[in-house]
Amino acid sequence: MADTDRDLVLQTAALARLQLDEREAQHLGPQFEAILRQFRQLEGVDVGDAEPTTGATGVRDVLRADEVRPSLEPGVVLANAPHRVGDFYAVPKTVGGPD
Amino acid sequence: MSAEFERDGTAWISASTGTRWVPVIGLEVHAQLATQSKLFCACEVRFGAPPNTLTCPICTGQPGTLPVLNATAVELAVRVALAVGAEVAAESKFDRKNYFYCDIPKNFQISQFDRPYCTGGGIQLPSGRFVRLTRIHIEEDAGKAIHDRGDETLVDLNRAGVALIESVSEADMESPEEAVEYLEALKEIIRYVGAGEADMEKGQLRCDVNVSVRPQGEPWRTKVEIKNLNSFRNAREALEYEIPRQIEAYESGDETRFPRQETRLFDVRAGVTRTMRSKEGASDYRYFAEPDLPPLALSESFVERQRGLLCELPEARRRRYREELGLSEYDARVLTAVREVADWFEAAARLSGRPKETANWIANDVLGGLADPKIEATSIDELPLKPFDLAELIALVAEGTLHSTGAREVMGEMLRTGAAPRALVAERGLEQVEDEGRLEVWCREALEGREQVVADVRAGRIKALGAAVGPVMKASAGKANPRRVREILLRIIGEDE
Repeated sequence: MADTDRDLVLQTAALARLQLDEREAQHLGPQFEAILRQFRQLEGVDVGDAEPTTGATGVRDVLRADEVRPSLEPGVVLANAPHRVGDFYAVPKTVGGPD
Repeated sequence: MSAEFERDGTAWISASTGTRWVPVIGLEVHAQLATQSKLFCACEVRFGAPPNTLTCPICTGQPGTLPVLNATAVELAVRVALAVGAEVAAESKFDRKNYFYCDIPKNFQISQFDRPYCTGGGIQLPSGRFVRLTRIHIEEDAGKAIHDRGDETLVDLNRAGVALIESVSEADMESPEEAVEYLEALKEIIRYVGAGEADMEKGQLRCDVNVSVRPQGEPWRTKVEIKNLNSFRNAREALEYEIPRQIEAYESGDETRFPRQETRLFDVRAGVTRTMRSKEGASDYRYFAEPDLPPLALSESFVERQRGLLCELPEARRRRYREELGLSEYDARVLTAVREVADWFEAAARLSGRPKETANWIANDVLGGLADPKIEATSIDELPLKPFDLAELIALVAEGTLHSTGAREVMGEMLRTGAAPRALVAERGLEQVEDEGRLEVWCREALEGREQVVADVRAGRIKALGAAVGPVMKASAGKANPRRVREILLRIIGEDE
């Protein structure tokens, strides 16, 4: 497996918060490459005349009025939380997330 | 910081090398839009509610739910865009910005990546610089993670999904002072167009700063991002720490210390910035089009309707107040800081026909009344005193019925009760004494036994006259016109010479 494949696998795994060991990375590398190869076929399609699009349905501007409706009770939203402190979700200490 | 710098304009001159270092600063500002409900669901937006009481299946990211865009959020966002002269895109779209953090329940934030709703425009700073805007986009807020209560991080999702706009400036600023001016101007615009309160204490305006330094005239160097600055003061202090830190790192010659592309956090207590993590590239966020939201196509008529709702913006008002009404820069600034105050001033100035006096009364007394806990008013429109009454009071002074001391007293009462000034003047017997005979008697009495005053005035020390004016004002219970008193005193001293 080329180093770039391996790096791509490890980078993707890191972004997905997955821990892969070297053996797993070796195993997944060729699979990754096969998937990417499949998609690269699209690069061969001539799209010179096609208008860029932002959606396939043609639907536009689905808006709702700015009206408040009742929220859920904390007991309901927190019912499936693995761990809670009072009416807060509680998670292992993590300081400083992304934007 | 050990090294010393002398500042000259925007340059920081190193004492050890003499190099003129110039900062390069750009800002990303998140502002909360003044909607009743969240951006994509009907949960109420309310600051300070008990934790996790304002959430629903949509804003907590439950499977099978679909977001629907809040029309008011779009209107408010467009108003800000028009106010800063940005170009509103005929079509824009939403994207998912993917990352894992406990405050983002869906594991992605709905934002706008490559097709924001507006681009361009800019903000004129009072000190002269024009700061260009790259873009503004609409996005949802994250929840709140609390780290300082116990061993765990606590998460409140009330804020998750609240409507924000993020304004991204070009790196056009060169000093901490300009960065603060920009923030103030942007805040003012957001408030003026009614798009949001932009109250930093409530987290409604938050900013990230991008900053690098370079020797004057040289190309840009690596920029550092400082995140989550939640007051103007924090923004200034973070820059005042970070700029010399970067310069020192370069001047050390030690390449391992050179600034690298990273995100830093400002530690408010210690007054320093610290490395948080190395910066993600855009690709790390794996942006892709939000499949659950159709594109947003804003018609020209929609945009024009929003344009029609814009008022005259603060910078334009200040210019008009200076140039057409003859107000000082300071007064213009005080009057325009809050839109309601500016509107109130204009109403009173139109009625009185005396803009300068009107401005003085508002700056010195009316705004003071707002700060008085005995007068329960949080905005100028809630005061018992109305623009018409201030205009009346100014007229009473101008026509000579009321002198300035009496006017102050009347103003105090008007602020508390909203009583009409003419009625108050009559009720309290505050009309100025115009009777020349009585004024002259008081003046002659005041000069008796004050030979030194007479001598001083005759010797040309006119200032000494004040010692005789006081007793006359006292004798008249404040009802004499001080200008007239001075004239009479001078005449008497002159006669007896």
